[in-house]
Amino acid sequence: MKPTRVTNSIRALRAAHGPMTQADLAQRLGVTRQTVIAIEQGRYSPSLEVAFQIARVFGVPLDDVFQYPRGEGEPS
Amino acid sequence: MAFQEKRAWIMLGTTAGTYLAYLAIVLAGAAGGPLTAAPYAPALLWTVGVSIITTAALLTAAAFAAPEDADVRDVRDREIGRSGTHLGRWSVVLGAAGALVLAMAEADHFWIANAIYLAFTLSSLIGSATRIVGHRRGRPAW
Repeated sequence: MKPTRVTNSIRALRAAHGPMTQADLAQRLGVTRQTVIAIEQGRYSPSLEVAFQIARVFGVPLDDVFQYPRGEGEPS
Repeated sequence: MAFQEKRAWIMLGTTAGTYLAYLAIVLAGAAGGPLTAAPYAPALLWTVGVSIITTAALLTAAAFAAPEDADVRDVRDREIGRSGTHLGRWSVVLGAAGALVLAMAEADHFWIANAIYLAFTLSSLIGSATRIVGHRRGRPAW
């Protein structure tokens, strides 16, 4: 069971940036490698602040890092 | 494995182990007679002491085994820790209420002390189990 519907592209972004290891990203964010793994696997939703920090590390907008699926009946 | 998860496993193991040892000592002390006649206080104090010392020793060993992770705690660890504390607190509240009822009913000291000890034990077990689940499967999205 994944505790969040938020998906992310961190793995792809890491691969495109170097590649950057999970440990490298964790160090730049000031979190543990286990936290980066949990975020990548959708087991943990980071705080808004950490989410922005991740986007800033990759130099992309927040929407390029995290996606939230559109629900049925929601306007597009 | 994150250091905070190791800490939760150590707490879970030492709490469960020492409480089971306490139960065995008290049951043996009762020797088939009434439990209230068993000398529970020395066993309780000893097992609490052993639990604290064992936990400290195992945490120190874990820190020496992986010094780079020793007691590192980030925002996720703190959130998971708070979940464990929050859930574990309920058993302390229920145990205190139970002990209060036992005291008002003038129950034997044995039962009052054991209700409180059980509450603290359950609090530690529930808190540790919650932390382990939080580290392994993630926290639910509230």
